[in-house]
Formats: sequence, structure tokens, C-alpha cells
Amino acid sequence: MLTAQSLACLRGDRLLFKNVGFELNAGGLLYVLGENGSGKSSLLRMLCGLLMPEDGAVFWGGKKIKEDAENFLSNLTYIGHLNGLKDDLTAQENLYMGARLAGSEVSEESALAALAAIGIARCANLPVRVLSQGQKRRVALARLWLTDSKLWVLDEPFAALDAASVDVLASRLSQHMSNGGMTIITTHQDVTINAQSSQILRLSS
Amino acid sequence: MLAFRRRSDVATTLFFFLIVSSLFPLGIGPEPAVLSSIAPGVLWVAALLAGMLSLTRLFAADFADGSLEQMLLAPQPLALLVLAKIFAHWLICGLPVVLLAPIIGLQYALPNDALLVLVFALLLGTPALSLIGAIGAALTLGVRGSGLLVALLVLPLYIPVLIFGAGAVAASQHGMSSQAHLSLLAACSLLALVLAPMATAAALRISVE
Amino acid sequence: MNINWFKYSSPQTFYPLAGKMIPWFAWLAAILAVAGLYIGFAIAPTDFQQGEAYRIIFVHVPAAWMSMVIYIVMAGWAAIGLALNARLSAMMAQALAPTGAIFTLIALVTGSLWGKPMWGTWWVWDARLTSELILLFLYLGFIALQSSIDDPRRADRAGALLALVGVVNVPIIYFSVKWWNTLHQGSSINMGAAPKMAATMLLGMLIMALAFWMYTVAVALMRVRCIMLERERTSDWVKELSVQGIAGVKS
Repeated sequence: MLTAQSLACLRGDRLLFKNVGFELNAGGLLYVLGENGSGKSSLLRMLCGLLMPEDGAVFWGGKKIKEDAENFLSNLTYIGHLNGLKDDLTAQENLYMGARLAGSEVSEESALAALAAIGIARCANLPVRVLSQGQKRRVALARLWLTDSKLWVLDEPFAALDAASVDVLASRLSQHMSNGGMTIITTHQDVTINAQSSQILRLSS
Repeated sequence: MLAFRRRSDVATTLFFFLIVSSLFPLGIGPEPAVLSSIAPGVLWVAALLAGMLSLTRLFAADFADGSLEQMLLAPQPLALLVLAKIFAHWLICGLPVVLLAPIIGLQYALPNDALLVLVFALLLGTPALSLIGAIGAALTLGVRGSGLLVALLVLPLYIPVLIFGAGAVAASQHGMSSQAHLSLLAACSLLALVLAPMATAAALRISVE
Repeated sequence: MNINWFKYSSPQTFYPLAGKMIPWFAWLAAILAVAGLYIGFAIAPTDFQQGEAYRIIFVHVPAAWMSMVIYIVMAGWAAIGLALNARLSAMMAQALAPTGAIFTLIALVTGSLWGKPMWGTWWVWDARLTSELILLFLYLGFIALQSSIDDPRRADRAGALLALVGVVNVPIIYFSVKWWNTLHQGSSINMGAAPKMAATMLLGMLIMALAFWMYTVAVALMRVRCIMLERERTSDWVKELSVQGIAGVKS
């Protein structure tokens, strides 16, 4: 469903990677591994269409993602290094806003349920400003319980999480894949996620 | 769509507008005839600068916390989201200036007709300032010294708005019809309304890379 | 896209080609400039109203023409660069900007030099002079934006977008300034009301304009070569070139 063809990435005058290609089908999981600075985040941003590839292209369902942007984007959930949360809004309001932006409505119950699932229900009405790093991360990840998009692109989702939350998130990812979803993640941790098929893409500089 | 919980921006913009326009009489002298002849230009330049003050913050917070990435990845057209942000910027930084302007106009001994035209011209012209300014803000996102750079990029583009806006007020002061100026001003705003959100969206895509 | 000339759009092949073209354009520029100045200063008749001082228009008018032409050409390259993601066009846009700014400055300075004997002041808020001043601001904005962004690709694309926004705005600005000028007449003298030009004067100006044009091409090509080397210093062909250069010095 998602195909990458001979992608190349140039940052400044440094070639981070070239000739990166893969195919990800329903239920598939792709680990992107590599050292710091090998271009993992850049690759993920490129797959979302945030970064224009120097060479090659990304296809969703056989069409270039730029040409079929609306369809692709409504099937995509991206959580990058930055949480994308507004400091002045509460955790709950942030979820509403995120969902609105993604083109769907979220009820109060489901927002609370999502926050409860990842263990921060009691922070629901606090402004995000006062939360810790790990808690902010979890608010951002709570979006994964509210979305029905097929492709998840997650940049270091396990970073800053405690062991219990890592397990919760891993089982959510496994559930997503068993429903025919697709996930692309970068991680430094050793986490078991069940998928119908999983591949590893190693970037080396 | 977007909640604005920080009120300090409104206060800063208004205060800046007030100070700049109060400095001129202090520098030039209190002669009412002189003041009223420079009033249209001074008030418009003050409005221009006040609107520019908050431009760098238009997308900066969204850029820093990652909401901008989420905006770019939203399935809705980016230009529409951008337009919403620009509208919010205008409500916070443009509209208050429009409302405050007649009071300052009184200090400049402007006659009542001219005050009315001033408010109307600002109402028509300030949206164009926010719209054009957004392009500059998007282009300079995350660039060092972006505050100064925005001024350099955007001020030349503001010139038509300044000319037509100040011209409208001056025309009514001299007992002429200000309609031609106002129509041209409205045309500028409409053109900006059509083109600026698209240009801003393109600029944001470039800047976020 | 197997068109032959596409080959030349890669910096690697364009670099030596540009190197070969520079001397031609430079010589053409020099010859035309000498011819133009000769016509302007020796052949063209003295203006009965303005005396000898009018001869500065042989520099002023072509410079003003070029300042506008270069902006449009620059925006054109920028648009191509943005649409096709072609590095070379973006580099051309970047290379043209300083030359455009210089011509704008020349037009402004010679304009005010002319204004002193004609109107008795250095600066007149004439519509054309004012537009020229604003054009200078646009050039400076473009240069400032490009030089303050570190990532070359982002710099190219941001600059390109700015140039396009500028090109849409230039006519509006020009119109608004003209409108403003006609409303504030009175003391101002209209430059457009100059007496009808003699054919030799027109010829001189045209030749000077051509000379400036050739100069622009030569300088832009030189600058684009520098930009290429700087941008692609890590690529193989530049390394090879520098190795050849060192070997050449030694032998």
C-alpha cells in the first residue's frame, strides 16, 4: 500500500541516504534503525510528505502522495519528535483540536478513555504546560486511540515513557496491525510488537 | 478553531500604536494645522508598524511545538487553515487598532468626516496587512534575526495599502471624495485575500522542511 | 525527459560551458559600452534645454531598464526552479540578484545626479524614482532572505517564492506610486515630459542597454560558477576540478 522508491535525502550539502526503497502492506510493520544523524527522522518526514525527497518518490495505493494528498493525509497519523500540543490548552482540549485538524470529531467519553488507556486520565483537565515530558508525550500518543487512520508514522514513540506505558503502547500497536493497519517507527528500545509481517530498514551513513 | 488564551499580544500592539502615534506631536509640535495634515500618514504608518510587531509570532509558537507539522498533515487544504490563523491575527492585532484609531485621530485634530473615513479605510486595509504579512512571517520562520527580516520583506509590499489608505483620509480632509481610494484599497485586500493564503501555505511548506 | 539540452541544466556540465561563454559576453559588453558611450558623449547633440548634463541619461535610462528586466528574469528563473526543482535555475536567480540591485542603485544615483542641475535638488519624489527605490528594497529583501537561511535548498525555494510575490506586486506598487504622485503634483516635475528624443540619443541608449545586458550575463555566469563550486564542494566533479587546478599550478 505504501511504497517508497529510491529515496534520497540531502541536508545542507550532506547526503544522508540514497536509494532507500521498501513496500509496506496492510498489517505490516517497518522499523527504521540507524545511528543518530543517519536520517531516520528525515526519512519519516519524507514519507509523510513534509520533506521533499531529493530523488525518488513515495506512493500510497499506487499514486504519488503529492498527487493524491487529501486521500493520503486522511489515512495518516504522524507523531514526530515534537508533540504538537498547545501549552495553554488542557490535555483533553488538545485531543479535540488534534482530531478536528485530522478531520474528525471526538466525544468527551472517547477522549477521556484514550487518556485513561495510556494512564493519564487524571491530567485530562490540566493545561499541558504543567505536565512533565513523559506525560506530554503520552497526551500526544493518546491520539492513537482516537484515530482510525491506516498508516501510523511514529518517531521515537517509546522515548520518555515508563515501562508500563511502553507495554500499553506496544499492545496498541499490535492491535492496530492485527486490524490491517500499518506502522513505521524508529526506536532505540527493544520492544516486541506483533505484526503480520515486520521489516527492518537500516540507515547507515 | 483556535483558542487564544494570551491577551498580552493585544495590549502590546495597542500600546505600541498609541506610543508611536503620540511621539509625532512631541517631535513636531502641537500646531493643530500641521498635525491634522500629517495625521493620515502618521496613523497609517503607526498601524503598519504595530501590525508587523506581532507578525513573527504568527506561526512561531506552532512551529516550535510541532502543531505546524500537524497542520501541514491535515487533510483540509492548508490555505484554509492559514486563512483562519490570519483572521485570528487580524482580530487580535488589526481590529483593536481600527477601534483605537479614531481616538488618536481626535488628538491629531482630524475633523469628524475624516475620522469616519479613517476607520473605514483601516477596516478595509488592515486585513491586507495581515494577509501580506503572513507570507513574510512564513518565509522567515525559524530564521535568525527574523524580526528584522520580516520588516525588510514586508514593508515594501505594504506601500500600496499605505498610499491608498492614507490617501483616502487625506482626500476627505480636503473635501474630496475618498471613494476611489477606498475602492482601490478594497481591491488590494481582495487580491491579497485570494493570493496570500496560497503563498503563505507554500512558504510554510518550504520553511518546515 | 530525454531532451538534449536538459544535459546542460546539471551544474557539472554547465560549469565548463559557462566558463567558455563568459569571455564572449564580457568582450561584447566592453565593445558595446565603448560604442554606446562614444555615441552618447561625442556624437549625440547637446540638448538645447538641458545642456551637457543630460548625457547622464545614457547610463541612467539603460540602468533603470535593466533593473526591471533583471527582476523579471530573476523571478522567471525562480519560478522554473520552484516548479521543476531545478538547482541551476535557483542558482541563476541568486546570481542575478546582486547585479539587479547594483543597476537599481546606479539608476538611483545617476537619477539624483541628473536631478541636481535639472531641478535644483538631489531627490525628487518622482513616481519613477520612487518606484526604483522600492525596487531596490525588493532586491535587498531577496538577498537578505537568501543569505540568512543556511540550508541552500530552503534558501532557494524561499527566495523564489519571495521573488514571485514581488513580481505580482511590482505593477501594483508602480501603479499606486504613480497615482500618489499625480495627486501630490505641484512642485514636482514630470520626467516623462522630456522633449522628444533625437534618433542618435535613442540609438546610444539602446546600445548602452545591450552593453549592460551582456555585462549582466557575463557577471551572472561568473557568479553562478562561484555558487556552484561553493554548493557542490563535496561532490566528485568539483574535487576533480580542484585536483586538476593544483596539478596545473605545479606543472
